[in-house]
Amino acid sequence: MTVMKKKLNKTTKSNLITYAMVVIVYIIVQLLVSGGAVSSLMKGLLVPLCVYSILAVSLNLTVGILGELSLGHAGFMCIGAFTSATFSKLTNGVIQPAGFRFFLAILVGAVFAGIFGLLIGIPVLRLKGDYLAIVTLAFGEIIKNIVNVIYLGRDSHGIHFSIKDAASLGMDADGEMIIKGPQGITGTPTDSTFTIGIVLILVTLFIVLNLVHSRSGRAIMAIRDNRIAAESVGINITKYKLMAFSISAALAGVAGVLYAHNLSTLTALPKNFGYNMSIMILVFVVLGGIGNIRGSIIAAVLLTMLPELLRGLNDFRMLIYAIVLIATMIITNNEKIMNTIRRFLPKKQAQPVKEETK
Amino acid sequence: MAMLEVKNLGISFGGLRAVDGLDMTIEKGELYGLIGPNGAGKTTAFNMLTGVYKPTDGVIKLDGEDITGKSTIEINKAGIARTFQNIRLFSELFVLDNVKVGLHNHYRYSTIAGILRLPAYRKAEKEMDEKAMELLKVFNLQDEWDYKASNLPYGKQRKLEIARALATEPKLLLLDEPAAGMNPNETGELMDTIQFVCKNFDMTVLLIEHDMKLVSGICQKLTVLNFGQVLAQGKTSDVLNDPKVIKAYLGE
Repeated sequence: MTVMKKKLNKTTKSNLITYAMVVIVYIIVQLLVSGGAVSSLMKGLLVPLCVYSILAVSLNLTVGILGELSLGHAGFMCIGAFTSATFSKLTNGVIQPAGFRFFLAILVGAVFAGIFGLLIGIPVLRLKGDYLAIVTLAFGEIIKNIVNVIYLGRDSHGIHFSIKDAASLGMDADGEMIIKGPQGITGTPTDSTFTIGIVLILVTLFIVLNLVHSRSGRAIMAIRDNRIAAESVGINITKYKLMAFSISAALAGVAGVLYAHNLSTLTALPKNFGYNMSIMILVFVVLGGIGNIRGSIIAAVLLTMLPELLRGLNDFRMLIYAIVLIATMIITNNEKIMNTIRRFLPKKQAQPVKEETK
Repeated sequence: MAMLEVKNLGISFGGLRAVDGLDMTIEKGELYGLIGPNGAGKTTAFNMLTGVYKPTDGVIKLDGEDITGKSTIEINKAGIARTFQNIRLFSELFVLDNVKVGLHNHYRYSTIAGILRLPAYRKAEKEMDEKAMELLKVFNLQDEWDYKASNLPYGKQRKLEIARALATEPKLLLLDEPAAGMNPNETGELMDTIQFVCKNFDMTVLLIEHDMKLVSGICQKLTVLNFGQVLAQGKTSDVLNDPKVIKAYLGE
């Protein structure tokens, strides 16, 4: 049927544009780096950019596609970071080559974050709207605080675990600390590179975009649009809500793995795994357009770069950052201004399934 | 055997007896009407039939199978599909995808196959597209397949809801005020569509309606509810000429 082909082309084209965008940015950055045009400061930002992009896309699955507000996304990232860093510390030098070990670490981070997403999702997804937001916020903080009291060590007798202090591990003199409570993990192999980050962004995009256009994705969006009607056509609400939530958590875990293996020291601070981070990710999603996957990436990249680009302005940079945020929110939510802007843009291409909030 | 058999169905909300002692038998292929004044308990009865409310007492049998007190999902799988008084579409999805959601339980492939675009995905999606398009054609919606459901005009949204319900391949179709808010032309068209569905899909239909032109035009049998109780029951022409019904509902 020609009609079907048209539809297929429309969504495929839109997806391809998103993939192409990521690949083109990668090529440009690589050219700039090899040409020596990128400052070391900006080079240090490349992996975090990938981390934030993955986080934004994965949160968009919960907020935009499933339509539930979650403020605990950094918690899942934290789980992915710590489980994978522990795995890497334990197997460093044991599993060869290092690339394969890092691949396994990514799987470990994703699986653990996904499992926690499922476990937390079972009780909290019974709630809606503001209540769900508050409970997920709390769970995010709980995860961060629990990680801060874990002590883990290894000696010739095996692995020791405590939630009191390092001394109560009772390790031999040759023992090696792996997680040192609030001091976290030190000496994680720094495997993350910009190339791996881009590959992981592409994988995340592949999973989310293909999920949205499959049978399960339709069920998830049907629940978002009208729960009662979805039930009336025989869709298992709990199953699909949990599916979306745990896939979203697993992808946040992947971002955590990338984050943990970018620095040799990993600590759970309010700055990196606290609610500030969760809200930061939500800002990316809202600014990029709720349900708009491509927009999430663009917003994550721009908002991460902006404070650095404005560094020359010193004291004023956070002020400008705030003004840009507020102005974007006002402009994108105002139909009149948007229509004026659209007039200057080329004709809109295929829309993602959902463009804006209700 | 009767398609739907309801015996002594009743529900109480605290002290309020919303439906009381409802008996109703619908034969296969019948077009059956449920009418009555506002607040008579018609939609409550629908909600019990579809598992939204659990009846306080009584038995519901669909095609001989006891479905009393089952969940909405189980009842849909058993073969009852419905539309809603206030339209409930998946407003942000394409018209076509609304129908495909209805096909959800009939064309299966795993989530993994969907993400990896395995052959199972391509095959099932192709069949779903074709089947959904076929259904849209019945309701003359095929040209609007790529509209967002919320962008359809009102009358077409009602039709899309029926198409989505039919996609679940029900034995019994429940329509809750299908003609609400329609002009006489649209109502006339809707009457033809309902009769067409009844005939071509071999469907049994139970509908709630206030539009007497539609009710007298297509329903073969009627049950009139008043204050939760059955006021009259039987052939449409007999019921509509019943003095009790005229007094309580139609007006003299």
